[in-house]
Amino acid sequence: MAEISVVLPSVLQPLAGGQSYLTAPADAAATVEAVLDLVTGDYPALARRLRDETGAIRRYVNIYVNGNEIRRLRGLATEVSPGQEVLIIQSVAGG
Amino acid sequence: MATAERYVLAIGTKKGLWLATSPDRRDWSLSGPHFLMSEVPSIGIDTRGGRTRILVGVRSEHWGPTVFHSDDLGETWNEPEQGAIRFPEGADAALERVWQIHPDAESRPGVVWAGCEPISVWKSTDGGEHFELNRGLWDHPHRGEWGAGYGGAAAHSILVDQTGEKVHVAMSTGGVYRSLDGGSSWEPRNKGISAYFMPDPDPEFGQCVHKIAADAAVDGRLYAQNHHGVYRSDDDAENWESIAEGLPADFGFVMLTHPRRAGTAWVIPLKADGERIPPEGRLAVHRTDDAGASWKRLDDGLPASDFNSVLRDAACVDAAEPAGVYFGTRGGSVYASADEGEHFAEVASHLPDVLCVRAAEVSPAFASGPAGPGAAVNA
Repeated sequence: MAEISVVLPSVLQPLAGGQSYLTAPADAAATVEAVLDLVTGDYPALARRLRDETGAIRRYVNIYVNGNEIRRLRGLATEVSPGQEVLIIQSVAGG
Repeated sequence: MATAERYVLAIGTKKGLWLATSPDRRDWSLSGPHFLMSEVPSIGIDTRGGRTRILVGVRSEHWGPTVFHSDDLGETWNEPEQGAIRFPEGADAALERVWQIHPDAESRPGVVWAGCEPISVWKSTDGGEHFELNRGLWDHPHRGEWGAGYGGAAAHSILVDQTGEKVHVAMSTGGVYRSLDGGSSWEPRNKGISAYFMPDPDPEFGQCVHKIAADAAVDGRLYAQNHHGVYRSDDDAENWESIAEGLPADFGFVMLTHPRRAGTAWVIPLKADGERIPPEGRLAVHRTDDAGASWKRLDDGLPASDFNSVLRDAACVDAAEPAGVYFGTRGGSVYASADEGEHFAEVASHLPDVLCVRAAEVSPAFASGPAGPGAAVNA
Protein backbone atom coordinates (compact mmCIF):
# COMPACT_ATOMS: atom_id res chain seq x y z
CA MET A 1 0.00 0.00 0.00
CA ALA A 2 1.20 3.51 -0.74
CA GLU A 3 2.05 5.85 2.07
CA ILE A 4 1.79 9.46 3.03
CA SER A 5 4.80 10.77 4.91
CA VAL A 6 4.73 13.47 7.54
CA VAL A 7 8.13 15.11 7.87
CA LEU A 8 8.95 16.53 11.29
CA PRO A 9 11.28 19.36 12.21
CA SER A 10 14.22 18.22 14.30
CA VAL A 11 12.94 19.90 17.42
CA LEU A 12 9.84 17.70 17.43
CA GLN A 13 11.54 14.43 16.59
CA PRO A 14 12.18 13.45 20.24
CA LEU A 15 8.42 13.44 20.72
CA ALA A 16 8.10 10.85 17.95
CA GLY A 17 10.64 8.43 19.32
CA GLY A 18 13.46 10.12 17.42
CA GLN A 19 11.91 9.58 14.00
CA SER A 20 12.36 12.27 11.39
CA TYR A 21 9.15 11.35 9.63
CA LEU A 22 6.03 9.33 10.26
CA THR A 23 4.00 7.46 7.68
CA ALA A 24 0.37 6.73 7.18
CA PRO A 25 -0.76 3.92 4.86
CA ALA A 26 -2.99 5.33 2.16
CA ASP A 27 -4.62 3.81 -0.85
CA ALA A 28 -6.57 6.98 -1.55
CA ALA A 29 -6.35 10.69 -0.87
CA ALA A 30 -6.84 11.71 2.75
CA THR A 31 -7.21 15.02 4.51
CA VAL A 32 -4.33 16.52 6.44
CA GLU A 33 -6.49 16.25 9.53
CA ALA A 34 -6.95 12.51 9.05
CA VAL A 35 -3.27 12.01 8.35
CA LEU A 36 -2.23 13.92 11.45
CA ASP A 37 -4.75 12.03 13.56
CA LEU A 38 -3.31 8.77 12.32
CA VAL A 39 0.39 9.48 12.62
CA THR A 40 0.23 11.26 15.97
CA GLY A 41 -2.12 8.76 17.55
CA ASP A 42 0.75 7.05 19.32
CA TYR A 43 2.45 10.35 20.12
CA PRO A 44 -0.01 12.55 22.00
CA ALA A 45 2.68 14.98 23.17
CA LEU A 46 3.60 15.54 19.53
CA ALA A 47 -0.05 16.02 18.63
CA ARG A 48 -0.38 18.75 21.26
CA ARG A 49 2.55 20.64 19.78
CA LEU A 50 0.83 20.82 16.42
CA ARG A 51 -2.81 21.41 17.34
CA ASP A 52 -4.64 22.75 20.38
CA GLU A 53 -7.58 21.15 22.18
CA THR A 54 -10.04 22.49 19.65
CA GLY A 55 -8.12 20.79 16.87
CA ALA A 56 -6.84 24.04 15.40
CA ILE A 57 -3.30 24.21 14.04
CA ARG A 58 -1.17 26.33 16.33
CA ARG A 59 -0.56 29.81 15.04
CA TYR A 60 3.14 29.43 14.32
CA VAL A 61 3.01 25.89 13.00
CA ASN A 62 3.07 25.75 9.21
CA ILE A 63 2.06 22.64 7.31
CA TYR A 64 2.87 22.23 3.65
CA VAL A 65 1.42 19.86 1.09
CA ASN A 66 3.06 19.74 -2.28
CA GLY A 67 4.93 22.92 -1.43
CA ASN A 68 1.85 24.89 -0.45
CA GLU A 69 0.99 26.02 3.05
CA ILE A 70 -2.38 24.52 3.87
CA ARG A 71 -3.85 27.74 5.27
CA ARG A 72 -3.80 28.94 1.66
CA LEU A 73 -5.50 25.76 0.54
CA ARG A 74 -8.31 24.16 2.50
CA GLY A 75 -6.66 24.09 5.89
CA LEU A 76 -6.90 20.77 7.66
CA ALA A 77 -9.38 19.66 5.00
CA THR A 78 -6.65 19.88 2.37
CA GLU A 79 -6.29 16.53 0.67
CA VAL A 80 -3.04 14.64 0.38
CA SER A 81 -2.51 11.96 -2.21
CA PRO A 82 -0.71 8.68 -1.64
CA GLY A 83 3.00 9.19 -2.15
CA GLN A 84 2.92 12.85 -1.18
CA GLU A 85 4.62 14.43 1.79
CA VAL A 86 3.19 16.57 4.53
CA LEU A 87 5.92 18.90 5.70
CA ILE A 88 5.77 20.51 9.15
CA ILE A 89 7.90 23.59 9.72
CA GLN A 90 7.79 26.10 12.51
CA SER A 91 7.30 29.59 11.21
CA VAL A 92 10.07 32.13 11.34
CA ALA A 93 8.90 34.21 14.27
CA GLY A 94 9.99 35.48 17.62
CA GLY A 95 12.57 37.77 19.05
CA MET B 1 23.60 19.24 44.43
CA ALA B 2 26.09 19.59 47.23
CA THR B 3 24.88 18.24 50.52
CA ALA B 4 24.84 21.71 52.02
CA GLU B 5 22.44 23.13 49.45
CA ARG B 6 19.21 23.77 51.27
CA TYR B 7 17.36 26.36 49.25
CA VAL B 8 16.20 26.52 45.68
CA LEU B 9 15.13 29.61 43.78
CA ALA B 10 13.40 28.96 40.46
CA ILE B 11 13.44 31.80 37.96
CA GLY B 12 11.01 31.72 35.06
CA THR B 13 11.82 34.08 32.22
CA LYS B 14 10.65 34.97 28.76
CA LYS B 15 13.19 32.55 27.32
CA GLY B 16 13.58 29.74 29.78
CA LEU B 17 13.98 28.66 33.37
CA TRP B 18 16.99 29.07 35.62
CA LEU B 19 17.49 27.40 38.97
CA ALA B 20 19.59 28.82 41.76
CA THR B 21 20.57 26.91 44.87
CA SER B 22 22.12 28.03 48.09
CA PRO B 23 23.22 26.60 51.42
CA ASP B 24 22.39 29.77 53.30
CA ARG B 25 20.27 32.06 51.06
CA ARG B 26 23.28 34.34 50.61
CA ASP B 27 25.58 32.53 48.19
CA TRP B 28 23.68 31.27 45.16
CA SER B 29 24.73 28.97 42.32
CA LEU B 30 22.85 29.37 39.06
CA SER B 31 22.09 26.67 36.48
CA GLY B 32 20.17 26.81 33.25
CA PRO B 33 18.56 27.58 31.03
CA HIS B 34 15.99 24.84 30.98
CA PHE B 35 13.34 25.06 28.25
CA LEU B 36 15.42 27.52 26.29
CA MET B 37 13.33 29.82 24.09
CA SER B 38 10.09 28.93 25.86
CA GLU B 39 8.61 31.32 28.35
CA VAL B 40 8.04 30.14 31.92
CA PRO B 41 5.33 32.31 33.42
CA SER B 42 4.42 30.07 36.36
CA ILE B 43 6.25 27.95 38.89
CA GLY B 44 5.11 25.98 41.89
CA ILE B 45 7.51 24.36 44.33
CA ASP B 46 5.74 21.64 46.26
CA THR B 47 7.67 20.45 49.29
CA ARG B 48 4.87 18.53 50.92
CA GLY B 49 5.27 14.94 51.96
CA GLY B 50 9.05 14.95 52.03
CA ARG B 51 9.35 15.45 48.28
CA THR B 52 10.40 18.55 46.38
CA ARG B 53 8.50 18.79 43.12
CA ILE B 54 9.03 21.77 40.86
CA LEU B 55 6.11 22.39 38.55
CA VAL B 56 6.50 24.85 35.71
CA GLY B 57 4.10 26.28 33.22
CA VAL B 58 5.99 26.42 29.94
CA ARG B 59 4.82 28.08 26.78
CA SER B 60 6.42 27.93 23.38
CA GLU B 61 5.30 30.46 20.82
CA HIS B 62 5.42 27.66 18.28
CA TRP B 63 4.32 24.59 20.17
CA GLY B 64 1.92 25.95 22.75
CA PRO B 65 1.62 25.69 26.52
CA THR B 66 2.23 22.73 28.79
CA VAL B 67 3.15 21.85 32.36
CA PHE B 68 6.34 20.03 33.24
CA HIS B 69 7.39 18.73 36.62
CA SER B 70 10.69 17.65 38.08
CA ASP B 71 11.20 15.59 41.21
CA ASP B 72 14.99 15.86 41.09
CA LEU B 73 15.46 19.62 41.17
CA GLY B 74 15.62 20.03 37.44
CA GLU B 75 17.84 17.14 36.49
CA THR B 76 14.97 15.61 34.53
CA TRP B 77 11.58 16.95 33.49
CA ASN B 78 8.37 15.12 32.77
CA GLU B 79 5.03 15.98 31.26
CA PRO B 80 1.96 13.79 31.00
CA GLU B 81 1.58 12.70 27.39
CA GLN B 82 -1.96 14.00 27.14
CA GLY B 83 -1.00 17.25 28.88
CA ALA B 84 -1.63 18.22 32.47
CA ILE B 85 -4.15 20.90 31.55
CA ARG B 86 -6.51 20.43 28.63
CA PHE B 87 -9.87 22.01 28.11
CA PRO B 88 -12.49 19.28 27.89
CA GLU B 89 -14.41 18.62 24.73
CA GLY B 90 -17.31 20.99 24.45
CA ALA B 91 -15.58 23.83 26.26
CA ASP B 92 -14.66 25.27 22.87
CA ALA B 93 -11.48 26.72 24.30
CA ALA B 94 -7.78 26.04 24.19
CA LEU B 95 -5.20 26.62 26.86
CA GLU B 96 -3.11 29.69 26.12
CA ARG B 97 -0.88 30.04 29.15
CA VAL B 98 -0.56 28.75 32.70
CA TRP B 99 -0.32 31.79 34.94
CA GLN B 100 -0.37 30.26 38.36
CA ILE B 101 0.58 26.95 39.97
CA HIS B 102 -0.39 26.82 43.61
CA PRO B 103 0.27 23.78 45.82
CA ASP B 104 -2.50 23.56 48.40
CA ALA B 105 -2.13 23.21 52.17
CA GLU B 106 -0.01 20.58 53.87
CA SER B 107 -3.21 18.93 55.03
CA ARG B 108 -4.25 18.28 51.43
CA PRO B 109 -1.25 16.53 49.89
CA GLY B 110 -1.46 16.10 46.17
CA VAL B 111 -3.83 18.99 45.66
CA VAL B 112 -2.45 21.65 43.35
CA TRP B 113 -4.39 24.53 41.84
CA ALA B 114 -3.70 26.30 38.58
CA GLY B 115 -4.89 29.59 37.16
CA CYS B 116 -4.87 29.93 33.41
CA GLU B 117 -5.53 31.93 30.31
CA PRO B 118 -8.25 32.00 29.12
CA ILE B 119 -9.63 32.86 32.54
CA SER B 120 -10.04 29.54 34.28
CA VAL B 121 -9.15 27.73 37.46
CA TRP B 122 -8.06 24.12 37.61
CA LYS B 123 -7.47 21.61 40.37
CA SER B 124 -5.23 18.57 40.50
CA THR B 125 -5.36 15.85 43.12
CA ASP B 126 -2.29 13.97 41.87
CA GLY B 127 0.46 16.46 42.53
CA GLY B 128 -0.07 18.50 39.40
CA GLU B 129 0.09 15.78 36.77
CA HIS B 130 -3.56 16.08 35.73
CA PHE B 131 -5.87 19.00 36.35
CA GLU B 132 -9.63 19.28 36.14
CA LEU B 133 -11.38 22.42 35.01
CA ASN B 134 -13.35 24.20 37.74
CA ARG B 135 -16.75 24.28 36.10
CA GLY B 136 -18.25 26.62 38.67
CA LEU B 137 -16.05 29.47 37.53
CA TRP B 138 -15.88 28.45 33.87
CA ASP B 139 -19.67 28.38 33.62
CA HIS B 140 -20.11 31.57 35.62
CA PRO B 141 -22.62 33.93 33.99
CA HIS B 142 -20.12 36.79 34.25
CA ARG B 143 -17.48 35.04 32.16
CA GLY B 144 -18.50 36.64 28.90
CA GLU B 145 -17.98 40.06 30.47
CA TRP B 146 -14.52 39.45 31.87
CA GLY B 147 -11.84 41.21 29.90
CA ALA B 148 -8.17 40.95 29.16
CA GLY B 149 -5.43 42.90 30.83
CA TYR B 150 -2.41 43.96 28.85
CA GLY B 151 -0.79 40.57 29.41
CA GLY B 152 -3.87 38.54 28.60
CA ALA B 153 -7.07 37.36 30.27
CA ALA B 154 -6.15 35.11 33.13
CA ALA B 155 -6.85 33.89 36.63
CA HIS B 156 -3.55 34.73 38.30
CA SER B 157 -4.12 34.45 42.05
CA ILE B 158 -5.59 31.53 43.96
CA LEU B 159 -5.89 31.52 47.75
CA VAL B 160 -7.29 28.55 49.63
CA ASP B 161 -7.93 28.62 53.37
CA GLN B 162 -7.11 25.86 55.83
CA THR B 163 -10.56 24.29 55.54
CA GLY B 164 -10.34 24.07 51.77
CA GLU B 165 -13.82 25.50 51.51
CA LYS B 166 -12.98 29.18 51.19
CA VAL B 167 -11.23 30.01 47.94
CA HIS B 168 -10.42 33.43 46.54
CA VAL B 169 -9.43 33.93 42.94
CA ALA B 170 -8.28 37.14 41.29
CA MET B 171 -8.36 37.72 37.57
CA SER B 172 -7.37 40.38 35.13
CA THR B 173 -9.77 41.70 34.33
CA GLY B 174 -12.72 40.63 36.39
CA GLY B 175 -11.58 41.28 39.92
CA VAL B 176 -11.82 39.08 42.97
CA TYR B 177 -14.20 36.13 43.14
CA ARG B 178 -14.87 34.08 46.24
CA SER B 179 -16.14 30.59 46.78
CA LEU B 180 -17.33 29.34 50.14
CA ASP B 181 -17.93 25.78 48.99
CA GLY B 182 -14.52 24.71 47.81
CA GLY B 183 -14.93 26.12 44.33
CA SER B 184 -18.39 24.89 43.39
CA SER B 185 -19.92 28.36 43.21
CA TRP B 186 -18.41 31.82 42.97
CA GLU B 187 -19.42 35.39 43.72
CA PRO B 188 -17.58 38.63 42.95
CA ARG B 189 -16.18 40.43 45.97
CA ASN B 190 -14.80 43.81 44.93
CA LYS B 191 -16.61 46.36 47.08
CA GLY B 192 -14.22 49.23 47.64
CA ILE B 193 -11.83 48.41 44.80
CA SER B 194 -11.81 51.10 42.15
CA ALA B 195 -12.22 50.44 38.47
CA TYR B 196 -11.54 54.05 37.50
CA PHE B 197 -11.06 53.01 33.89
CA MET B 198 -14.69 51.93 33.51
CA PRO B 199 -17.78 54.11 33.05
CA ASP B 200 -18.95 52.97 36.49
CA PRO B 201 -15.84 53.12 38.66
CA ASP B 202 -17.41 50.92 41.33
CA PRO B 203 -18.82 47.92 39.48
CA GLU B 204 -19.66 44.61 41.07
CA PHE B 205 -16.90 43.04 38.98
CA GLY B 206 -14.54 44.04 36.21
CA GLN B 207 -11.75 45.41 38.37
CA CYS B 208 -8.19 44.86 37.24
CA VAL B 209 -6.78 43.29 40.37
CA HIS B 210 -3.12 42.53 39.76
CA LYS B 211 -2.42 40.26 42.72
CA ILE B 212 -3.96 39.20 46.01
CA ALA B 213 -2.37 37.56 49.03
CA ALA B 214 -3.68 36.30 52.34
CA ASP B 215 -2.46 37.22 55.78
CA ALA B 216 -1.08 34.01 57.20
CA ALA B 217 -2.10 34.74 60.77
CA VAL B 218 -5.36 36.68 60.58
CA ASP B 219 -8.30 34.73 59.25
CA GLY B 220 -10.27 36.69 56.68
CA ARG B 221 -7.57 39.29 56.03
CA LEU B 222 -6.47 39.76 52.45
CA TYR B 223 -4.32 42.27 50.60
CA ALA B 224 -4.64 43.37 46.99
CA GLN B 225 -2.44 45.25 44.56
CA ASN B 226 -4.79 46.71 42.02
CA HIS B 227 -4.35 48.54 38.73
CA HIS B 228 -3.84 51.69 40.76
CA GLY B 229 -4.79 51.03 44.33
CA VAL B 230 -3.47 48.97 47.22
CA TYR B 231 -6.12 47.48 49.46
CA ARG B 232 -6.79 45.34 52.52
CA SER B 233 -9.87 43.40 53.47
CA ASP B 234 -10.53 42.16 56.98
CA ASP B 235 -13.70 40.27 56.15
CA ASP B 236 -12.85 37.77 53.45
CA ALA B 237 -13.14 40.33 50.65
CA GLU B 238 -16.60 41.55 51.60
CA ASN B 239 -15.13 45.06 51.85
CA TRP B 240 -11.84 46.51 50.74
CA GLU B 241 -10.16 49.66 52.03
CA SER B 242 -7.18 51.54 50.71
CA ILE B 243 -3.82 51.07 52.39
CA ALA B 244 -1.89 52.99 49.75
CA GLU B 245 -1.08 55.98 51.93
CA GLY B 246 2.62 56.07 52.62
CA LEU B 247 3.61 54.41 49.36
CA PRO B 248 5.30 56.41 46.60
CA ALA B 249 2.73 55.09 44.09
CA ASP B 250 -0.34 52.92 44.21
CA PHE B 251 0.39 51.14 40.93
CA GLY B 252 2.27 47.87 40.69
CA PHE B 253 1.82 44.16 40.28
CA VAL B 254 3.32 42.49 43.33
CA MET B 255 1.62 41.61 46.59
CA LEU B 256 3.37 39.31 49.03
CA THR B 257 2.54 38.36 52.60
CA HIS B 258 4.61 36.91 55.39
CA PRO B 259 4.45 33.13 55.74
CA ARG B 260 3.58 33.31 59.44
CA ARG B 261 3.41 36.82 60.89
CA ALA B 262 0.26 38.92 60.97
CA GLY B 263 0.24 42.28 59.30
CA THR B 264 3.39 41.95 57.19
CA ALA B 265 3.17 42.41 53.43
CA TRP B 266 5.43 43.62 50.63
CA VAL B 267 4.73 45.56 47.44
CA ILE B 268 6.97 46.87 44.69
CA PRO B 269 5.42 50.12 43.45
CA LEU B 270 5.60 51.35 39.90
CA LYS B 271 5.00 54.96 39.07
CA ALA B 272 1.75 54.70 37.16
CA ASP B 273 -0.31 52.86 34.58
CA GLY B 274 1.19 55.05 31.87
CA GLU B 275 4.73 55.00 33.32
CA ARG B 276 5.51 51.48 34.38
CA ILE B 277 8.85 52.13 35.99
CA PRO B 278 9.95 52.38 39.61
CA PRO B 279 9.10 55.86 40.91
CA GLU B 280 11.94 58.21 39.98
CA GLY B 281 13.74 55.24 38.46
CA ARG B 282 14.67 54.01 41.93
CA LEU B 283 13.76 50.39 42.45
CA ALA B 284 12.53 49.59 45.95
CA VAL B 285 10.45 47.12 47.90
CA HIS B 286 8.05 48.49 50.48
CA ARG B 287 7.03 46.52 53.54
CA THR B 288 4.28 47.03 56.04
CA ASP B 289 4.33 45.40 59.45
CA ASP B 290 1.04 46.87 60.57
CA ALA B 291 -1.33 45.67 57.86
CA GLY B 292 -0.86 48.73 55.71
CA ALA B 293 -1.06 51.51 58.28
CA SER B 294 2.54 52.41 57.43
CA TRP B 295 5.17 51.37 54.92
CA LYS B 296 8.94 51.10 55.06
CA ARG B 297 11.09 51.59 51.97
CA LEU B 298 13.64 48.80 51.46
CA ASP B 299 16.35 49.33 48.87
CA ASP B 300 19.62 48.31 50.47
CA GLY B 301 21.54 46.34 47.89
CA LEU B 302 19.33 47.42 45.00
CA PRO B 303 20.69 49.54 42.15
CA ALA B 304 20.58 53.29 42.49
CA SER B 305 18.87 53.54 39.14
CA ASP B 306 16.64 50.99 37.46
CA PHE B 307 13.82 51.57 35.01
CA ASN B 308 12.53 48.02 34.81
CA SER B 309 9.21 46.85 36.17
CA VAL B 310 8.52 43.79 38.29
CA LEU B 311 5.66 41.58 37.16
CA ARG B 312 3.00 40.08 39.40
CA ASP B 313 4.57 36.67 39.89
CA ALA B 314 8.16 37.81 39.58
CA ALA B 315 8.30 38.13 43.36
CA CYS B 316 7.89 35.66 46.19
CA VAL B 317 8.70 34.86 49.77
CA ASP B 318 10.02 31.64 51.20
CA ALA B 319 8.92 29.99 54.43
CA ALA B 320 12.22 30.23 56.26
CA GLU B 321 12.93 32.23 59.41
CA PRO B 322 13.40 35.08 58.89
CA ALA B 323 11.42 35.06 55.67
CA GLY B 324 13.31 35.45 52.42
CA VAL B 325 12.09 37.91 49.81
CA TYR B 326 12.93 37.47 46.14
CA PHE B 327 12.10 39.33 42.97
CA GLY B 328 13.20 39.66 39.37
CA THR B 329 12.87 42.50 36.91
CA ARG B 330 12.03 42.73 33.26
CA GLY B 331 15.66 43.69 32.85
CA GLY B 332 16.71 40.21 33.90
CA SER B 333 18.07 40.92 37.34
CA VAL B 334 17.05 38.77 40.29
CA TYR B 335 17.47 39.93 43.88
CA ALA B 336 17.25 37.97 47.11
CA SER B 337 16.96 38.99 50.70
CA ALA B 338 17.37 36.58 53.58
CA ASP B 339 16.10 39.08 56.12
CA GLU B 340 12.63 40.07 54.99
CA GLY B 341 13.84 42.75 52.62
CA GLU B 342 16.24 44.65 54.86
CA HIS B 343 19.17 43.78 52.60
CA PHE B 344 19.15 42.52 49.02
CA ALA B 345 21.84 40.89 46.92
CA GLU B 346 21.77 40.23 43.21
CA VAL B 347 21.46 36.52 42.44
CA ALA B 348 21.40 36.80 38.66
CA SER B 349 21.72 39.51 36.09
CA HIS B 350 21.15 39.96 32.37
CA LEU B 351 18.64 37.13 32.12
CA PRO B 352 15.66 37.52 29.81
CA ASP B 353 12.60 39.29 31.27
CA VAL B 354 11.78 37.64 34.58
CA LEU B 355 8.18 36.45 34.65
CA CYS B 356 8.05 34.35 37.78
CA VAL B 357 10.17 33.43 40.78
CA ARG B 358 9.52 30.89 43.54
CA ALA B 359 11.79 29.89 46.40
CA ALA B 360 11.68 27.11 48.95
CA GLU B 361 13.71 25.15 51.40
CA VAL B 362 14.21 21.81 49.70
CA SER B 363 13.09 18.55 51.18
CA PRO B 364 15.63 16.75 53.35
CA ALA B 365 15.95 13.99 50.75
CA PHE B 366 17.56 16.49 48.40
CA ALA B 367 19.57 18.30 51.00
CA SER B 368 21.47 15.06 51.57
CA GLY B 369 21.29 13.59 48.08
CA PRO B 370 23.69 13.68 45.15
CA ALA B 371 21.37 14.90 42.41
CA GLY B 372 20.41 18.44 41.72
CA PRO B 373 20.68 21.42 39.48
CA GLY B 374 24.45 21.43 39.59
CA ALA B 375 24.21 18.41 37.35
CA ALA B 376 21.24 19.66 35.41
CA VAL B 377 21.10 19.51 31.67
CA ASN B 378 19.18 21.91 29.57
CA ALA B 379 15.61 20.82 29.13
